[in-house]
Amino acid sequence: MRRLEIILSRLVWFIPTLFGLVFVVFFISNVIPTDPARIIAGENATEAQVQALRAEMGLDQPLYVQFGRYVADLATGDLGKSLYTQRAISEDLLHRLPATLELTMAAMVVAIGLGVPLGVISAVKRNSMIDQTLRVLSVSGLAVASFWLAMELQMYFSTKLGWTPLNGRIAGWGPEEITGFYLLDSLLTGDWASFWDTLHHMLLPAITLALPAAATLVRFTRAGVLEVINSNFVLYERAMGFPTTLITWKYVLRNALISTVTQIGLIFGSLFAGAVVVEAVFDWPGLGTYAVQSILQSDTKAILGFSIIVGVVFIGVNLLVDIIHTFIDPRTLK
Amino acid sequence: MTALKRLLADRAASIGAALILGLILVAIFAPVLAPYPGDVTAFHLTERLQPPSADHLFGTDRMGSDVFSRILFGARITITIAVIAVGVSVGIGVPIGLIAGYYGGFPGGFLMRTSDIFLAVPQIVLAIAIAQTLGPSVENVILALSLTYWPFWARLVYAETRSLKAQTFVEAALALGASDLRVMVLHILPNTASAIIVRTSIGMGATILTAAALGFLGLGAPPPTPEWGRTISEAREFLPEAWWYAAAPGLAIFLVVMGFNLLGDGLRDILDPKLRKGSR
Repeated sequence: MRRLEIILSRLVWFIPTLFGLVFVVFFISNVIPTDPARIIAGENATEAQVQALRAEMGLDQPLYVQFGRYVADLATGDLGKSLYTQRAISEDLLHRLPATLELTMAAMVVAIGLGVPLGVISAVKRNSMIDQTLRVLSVSGLAVASFWLAMELQMYFSTKLGWTPLNGRIAGWGPEEITGFYLLDSLLTGDWASFWDTLHHMLLPAITLALPAAATLVRFTRAGVLEVINSNFVLYERAMGFPTTLITWKYVLRNALISTVTQIGLIFGSLFAGAVVVEAVFDWPGLGTYAVQSILQSDTKAILGFSIIVGVVFIGVNLLVDIIHTFIDPRTLK
Repeated sequence: MTALKRLLADRAASIGAALILGLILVAIFAPVLAPYPGDVTAFHLTERLQPPSADHLFGTDRMGSDVFSRILFGARITITIAVIAVGVSVGIGVPIGLIAGYYGGFPGGFLMRTSDIFLAVPQIVLAIAIAQTLGPSVENVILALSLTYWPFWARLVYAETRSLKAQTFVEAALALGASDLRVMVLHILPNTASAIIVRTSIGMGATILTAAALGFLGLGAPPPTPEWGRTISEAREFLPEAWWYAAAPGLAIFLVVMGFNLLGDGLRDILDPKLRKGSR
């Protein structure tokens, strides 16, 4: 029941945090007076037309009234209308969310698949050539600007070698939409061509996104394993004649992963944020490209909606990490 | 051994320090070091997109300007943004964390909840939202980064202060009649210094990456500012032929961020022996 208590206490904070987020972003974005009415009305509109539009959009009201309306609309899931697509922002964002989540999760898989084993190897073979090389690589991985890496990899593997598609999420229309996650949808409909094509398109963006995260995981896993590997229970298991591989990859790793899981939660956030820029390079039709288009259109409401959606996902993931934590490390329940 | 000597004894940290020193020198002496100092604004369309040569170390860009010279001047923008943004964040975050950690209770809880709100969204997302509304300029990038980065410092100092406040030396100082302010500033703050210094170095690197990303997205200084992130986005349409155009600013960012990360790691080993055990 302690687990339920932790989850509930986190859930209770969800709404105030979200409200605070909306408050902060809304007021910061209204410090500088931009005039969306004028942008929508266009250059040739008369002053009267702009005024009328302003009244229609509620922009003539004081800021707190606008904020109240925004929150009231938000409660019903209405984030306003996009200047760019002329559709409801919430609809646009929800439609694009699966693309970003799919990319982020793919990157997560790559990062964990790469980072955790390499971290263990680095720790077990401490101070060897492999360890030294991995350490240099992991420090470098954290120093690279992801958008630059994305461009360089795209230039090399897509443009020069032609191994991977240049951009986009799939060639053509994509599988029949059920969840919006192309990999899942194509599996569900048995559309193997779409499945492989999505995977092919995803390869480069996911790897680009994953590299810095993998670097972080190598470092954390290495430190975690080193801490555990010298503990008494490992010594005991060794004395009992357990195979080293079993000790390392099962008992040591499980204990070492506790700090790594916390990291994975943080990493999901950084991947999600990193996706904004990487998506822009690969024209991946997710939230990031949407945000970038909205920036170009000076579409404040769309940007606001984008930050809120990201906030919701982010808070949700952190909650999930806390829950997983209680399973991996039952000590947190005490 | 003094801290400085130990730092220089660490190979990785000295490389980091050297890279940062290089950045500072380049930023200061850009007009002297740059072969074509005028190329920050000047253009020579007949010489556009020339590959690297003896005349143009890193080639020329779409305007025919010398890429190398523009990178050197870009160092000024990078360092200005990073120093001011991190400085302001530390200036806001550290006092807030100190006060919240020291007094706890409702005001402490309120301050920390406020910082949680900022931490609820990845920094770059919030920075994009702010920079977008304020309009593209270096000042606004600095403002956006400062407004979104202070909570990290508040969190850090809050946690440190909480554990330090329970220590005997704080009790002793209070028993001797020291005021709250005195205990906070003279007894607790110095003990949080090493954590702050370590995070500052790594934070500088992170801030440079975020600032470059904002520049890349078109939220930084408008052209012809030689900002590195913007230069990379300008270079995009000339790839893969003009590879040097994007490679040079990308490498510049890499080296500088690497410098701060290496220095930060080295400082952590020296200033925070507790962490050293695990990572070595």
